[in-house]
Amino acid sequence: MKTFAELGFPGRLIAVEGLDGSGKSTQVYLLKRWLELQGLKVFFSEWNSSELVKNATSKGKKRELLSPTTFSLIHATDFADRYERQVVPLVRAGYIVLCDRYIFTAFGRDTVRGCPPEWVRGIYNFAALPDLVFFFKASLETSLQRILEGRPQLKYFEAGMDLRLSQDPYESFRIFQGRILEEYLAMSAEFNFLVIDANQQIEAQQAIVRDLVAAKVDLKKYALHKPLPHP
Amino acid sequence: MKTSNPNPISGSSRRILVPRVKPRQFYGQGVPGMDLSKLGGKLIVVEGADGSGRSTQIARLVEWLEGSGHATVQVGLKRSTLVSEELDKAQQGNILSRTTLSLFYATDFADQLENIILPGLRAGLMVLADRYIYTLMVRDMVRGMDLAWLKNLYGIAVVPDVVFYLNVLPEALVERNFAKKQALDFWESGMDLGLSRDMFDSFLQYQSLVAVKFKELQATYGFTIVDGHRTPGEINIELRKRIETVLAGK
Repeated sequence: MKTFAELGFPGRLIAVEGLDGSGKSTQVYLLKRWLELQGLKVFFSEWNSSELVKNATSKGKKRELLSPTTFSLIHATDFADRYERQVVPLVRAGYIVLCDRYIFTAFGRDTVRGCPPEWVRGIYNFAALPDLVFFFKASLETSLQRILEGRPQLKYFEAGMDLRLSQDPYESFRIFQGRILEEYLAMSAEFNFLVIDANQQIEAQQAIVRDLVAAKVDLKKYALHKPLPHP
Repeated sequence: MKTSNPNPISGSSRRILVPRVKPRQFYGQGVPGMDLSKLGGKLIVVEGADGSGRSTQIARLVEWLEGSGHATVQVGLKRSTLVSEELDKAQQGNILSRTTLSLFYATDFADQLENIILPGLRAGLMVLADRYIYTLMVRDMVRGMDLAWLKNLYGIAVVPDVVFYLNVLPEALVERNFAKKQALDFWESGMDLGLSRDMFDSFLQYQSLVAVKFKELQATYGFTIVDGHRTPGEINIELRKRIETVLAGK
């Protein structure tokens, strides 16, 4: 597998990964604002958001119809739809595409659910690797606290209830997230994750993220075209 | 609990063939949490283009099997509870790219595999599949997808006991499709491939490409190729003979 840059695409793809509650969505939002305000071509793409596949996914989740295999495949379908219709055209058009979660989310979750890792990786091998992957590494307790603080209604699959780890959704969520964290850490070196200590303050993390992006991406190449002057 | 009956009622067993259970395999790693040793029944697949006579043959086989004392269940493409509706919708708009469509179909297949095929075999049923992974693979191969990728994806599938491929020439398929639906189907004509703007032309070209890819898969998967130009009755006799040997565990 190669990165977009290695494949000769003009655009770049930056992905953020981390547990629920690691603060990655806040960080990617702030990164997006920073790039936009410099007048760069930026696009943001979110996991599990393809309009077409969404219906099927939410039906499957609501009615608890999903097995590890169909859970994996339906998310791969969603990813493929966004990848083929959105991500690739944008990277070809020279955009910086920011992805809140990328294939590593699937590698982690599906493996924890019991799908063979080589099978999952094989399915996603149509996708190029990101040029940068930020991994927001918060301690398990911090992530859990952020999510569980308000005692929210945890959804069935979100809590990993399908794995029958515990009857208690909160306990199940803890064990499930702990296992995903292990998977992330195991992948970290292989996929060159840029590990950010997510126990720090938001601003401190964002400063590191912006520095790394500026150092690794030649940002001035991604300026929006100026509008043509009126004749 | 009693393990044996001192006076077993054995009269009917002389007329009804109790199928021999053979060890099963997945093509690849299979699906998580499935114990293959608990699967009995038989998985009988009928492949072939639209108009090749698949549904007629399956209907006749069901009648024959049930008459012979075997319980049956049927599966087919785009019949899952999970995604069939959405898949239909997406196809009507022709807006999905090839990898997406491929994975959507794989989801539909996996849902039926886990909810109908494997439970059916576990319960000792004759599972009749109106097409299986091969049609899905061939369609994707014609659209340029990588065979190794497809083999990995469909490594979840259980190996059938027999796969019939109803072989019908494209020219004959055209006539049957006109007779049945008075029109050619967009997808069965491969119109998304842009082979020709003329639908008739595209249909012939597409079906020829499909036949070539099926032959390619034949080498790996060993289909029983059936001449589909004969009468439904003649074809069915051939299928039954082959199924009888499957039931006998050969």
